[in-house]
Amino acid sequence: MATGIRDKVAIIGMGCTKFGERWNDGSEELMVEAFQECLEDAGLERKDIQAAWLGNCFDEAGAGKSALPASMSLRLPNISVTRVENYCASGTEAFRGAVYAVASGACDIALAIGVEKLKDIGYGGLPEFNSLMGVVNQLWMANMTAPGAFAMLATGYAAKYGLDIDEVRKALAHVSSKSHANGALNPKAHLRKAVTEEQVLNAPQIAYPLGLFDCCGVSDGSACAIVTTPEIAKSLGKKDLVSVKALQLSLSNGTEFAYDWDGAHFITTSKASTAAYKEAGIKNPREEISMMEVHDCFSITELVTMEDLHISERGQAPRDVMNGFYDLDGGVPCQVDGGLKCFGHPIGASGLRMLYEMYLQLHGRAGDRQLKDPKIGLTHNLGGFPFMNVCSIAIVGKYGA
Amino acid sequence: MIGITSYGGYIPRYRLSRNRIVQNMAWYSPVIMAVAGGEKSVANWDEDAVSMAVAAARDCMVGRDRKKLDGVSLASTTLPFADRLNAGIVAAALNMKEDGVSNADFTSCIKAGTTAAISALESIEAGNKDSVLVVASDQRRTKMATMVEMFFGDGAAALLFGKNDVIAEFKGSHSVNCDFIDHYRGAGKEFDYGWEERWQRDEGYGKIIPQAIGGFLEKTGMKIDDFDKVIYPCYFGGTHKGIAGKLGINKEKVQNNMHAVCGDTGTAHPFVMFVSALEEAKPGDKLLLASFGQGCDVMAFEVTDRIKDFKGPNGITGSLANRAELASYQRYSKFRDLIVADLGIRGEANPSSALTVLWRKRKMLLGLVGARCRKCGTPQFPAMPVCVNPDCWAVNEFDEYEFADKEAEILMFTGDMLAASVDPPAIYGLIGYDGGGRTMLDFTDCDLDQIKVGMKVKMSFRKRYFDERRGFTGYFWKAIPQARGGDA
Repeated sequence: MATGIRDKVAIIGMGCTKFGERWNDGSEELMVEAFQECLEDAGLERKDIQAAWLGNCFDEAGAGKSALPASMSLRLPNISVTRVENYCASGTEAFRGAVYAVASGACDIALAIGVEKLKDIGYGGLPEFNSLMGVVNQLWMANMTAPGAFAMLATGYAAKYGLDIDEVRKALAHVSSKSHANGALNPKAHLRKAVTEEQVLNAPQIAYPLGLFDCCGVSDGSACAIVTTPEIAKSLGKKDLVSVKALQLSLSNGTEFAYDWDGAHFITTSKASTAAYKEAGIKNPREEISMMEVHDCFSITELVTMEDLHISERGQAPRDVMNGFYDLDGGVPCQVDGGLKCFGHPIGASGLRMLYEMYLQLHGRAGDRQLKDPKIGLTHNLGGFPFMNVCSIAIVGKYGA
Repeated sequence: MIGITSYGGYIPRYRLSRNRIVQNMAWYSPVIMAVAGGEKSVANWDEDAVSMAVAAARDCMVGRDRKKLDGVSLASTTLPFADRLNAGIVAAALNMKEDGVSNADFTSCIKAGTTAAISALESIEAGNKDSVLVVASDQRRTKMATMVEMFFGDGAAALLFGKNDVIAEFKGSHSVNCDFIDHYRGAGKEFDYGWEERWQRDEGYGKIIPQAIGGFLEKTGMKIDDFDKVIYPCYFGGTHKGIAGKLGINKEKVQNNMHAVCGDTGTAHPFVMFVSALEEAKPGDKLLLASFGQGCDVMAFEVTDRIKDFKGPNGITGSLANRAELASYQRYSKFRDLIVADLGIRGEANPSSALTVLWRKRKMLLGLVGARCRKCGTPQFPAMPVCVNPDCWAVNEFDEYEFADKEAEILMFTGDMLAASVDPPAIYGLIGYDGGGRTMLDFTDCDLDQIKVGMKVKMSFRKRYFDERRGFTGYFWKAIPQARGGDA
């Protein structure tokens, strides 16, 4: 009988670069910057790391194939390094690899690092991916981009709950302005200007009904974590441990796309969050979760995710959003660090960047954004498209909480 | 009895007012003002001769068993492939059988449609075939500010020939073939090269059509007065009338050349005009059809009683009624690739199409054929080895299931300004088919502000991409939201 990951692994060091248009840095500089901070935070040296996982999505446009870019850039001591790619869950997948390795006893200390260098392509948005979706798909799938694929969800959501699209857009505007307010407090965020709901609503349209400020930024960045067992952490003199409470992943199997789905929620997130709460021993997430970093690639993704995390009732996310429930001073503060909205989304790094904020908050090191005594934090990634996606959820918290 | 058993037509939705061309281009060539009346049909940016042929062919085959076709012939001077049977693409889009059929391209001359029709009728007369579909289609690019830019429209029409349930009996034919060059398009050239109009009018249309019709009458002993409609293309209005005068045809018996509503559709035009005539024909009507191009084919038909009960196709009248004004000459110019606009770096991705995949998945990609599970009955697209129904998951237990004729409903959609597109925003969405099955498709022939969740869509075979480096045109199906009209 599986017992789950709860409290079997502790995070003893983390690092995160400043995210942004890092014109003068490539994957190697970004990874080293995050890694140096992480080593220092953990009080360890390169030689202490026994295995590593690299999360990276667009190898074609960035670092290249395999885990060699990480092993070579970080000068890791000829240890096992594995590259994982699972769309936007890539960073959390790297973390899962390292955590599972430690939990299994295969090694004592493992590294998870995520990186994405997006700004070497010469145009806005994510790299073109239609031609990278397989030899059959590229011949027939719709001429989609990420904003378009997620924008559809807004029309599906409005139709399901009989809402005027403008009502939905108002809630989406609050989602984005709230994240910008948080990002303005974060020196590592890419976008640090507050924006009003009016500015969001009046921005140029990118993909109906989403405007420019409904879309997250596009940035370069890297983040990493060093994990070990709570016992080893204590033996290294670590106090106030942050431990892993749950790691869950759920992937579409084609049902949404080709069989049955309401077009107004994420089947995968709904399932992964239920499993994660069970693994973490959480009965009432709305009460027990102190803070969240969810995958706000687009404002509509965040809105719908609130329901799939079983925190807002079905159809009630717009109301909770408008009531400020997810604001920094609300019931469950969400996108505490500014989210993808303000950090941008260097894909392989994002999951680890979210964990970095949870880690800082749990240690009371989040500066102007610091929440009062958080105990449990949840991170969420959603890769792919609303109708065909990869969802990862991580829950971390104070060891023993 | 041998003759026509069905017809179909397709005129693209966009119409460009000739006045619009004059407003934009008369500064350069004032002579175009002489024919400024009416409008021309304009293929959407994702249409070409093959896709329009598929539309006309499917229209012609509505409610009929396409597996019973013994062959399809495609006539056009604007085929996308010089070596790859273009009619084969049409056949695959119709999901025709592959064994025991004979498909062919008839090309290089705008009378190729009637030539293909005569050939089809001869093979049926000889007893070699029972049912042959002949489709004619053209989408000719023209240089800006030319008379042919004014005259030419885009379109397609199809005639089904056979022995059973004939609606118009074949009464004979006569052909003149001669190397008269009014215009030509050299191999590899983009545009027609034409001699002066008086040459084309007076020595071309004005002489050769009367000569061929005269020859037909002499050969068969019929008289021009026997015919209730005489149908021949000629985009020079005066010459069109003059031919009737020469042959002694009453004005009301001459089929309109459709200059006002769509322009001359090239190889398709004799069929387009003929289908228009058939749509109004009564039992007993005799129709005389002539074409033009390095000679002239003349064909005679007599409409039967069956025309009274004949229903189904949208035809030329139906597709003419589905009209949206193309209000921008620049947009038209971009659709025809006459001007250079930046597609952006996002549009540079250029993977080659795997010929192996195109073969393995030909039913899926060209025929929009999916699968229906034998265990649970669920229709699904694309066909995969394991049933998509989570309560079933049967493995490899499927029957072929055609989605191309199914209507569907929009479940979610967007208009995407970021996607690289010739005609932004790129509109696409998830659709659910009547009777089950759903998928994500590009939308076409629509305006974003007309679309709503719940709106019906129909399937349309379209050009999906053109690989400029390798000269390959890829096709797939798109959804057309059923919002009639609209101005673009």
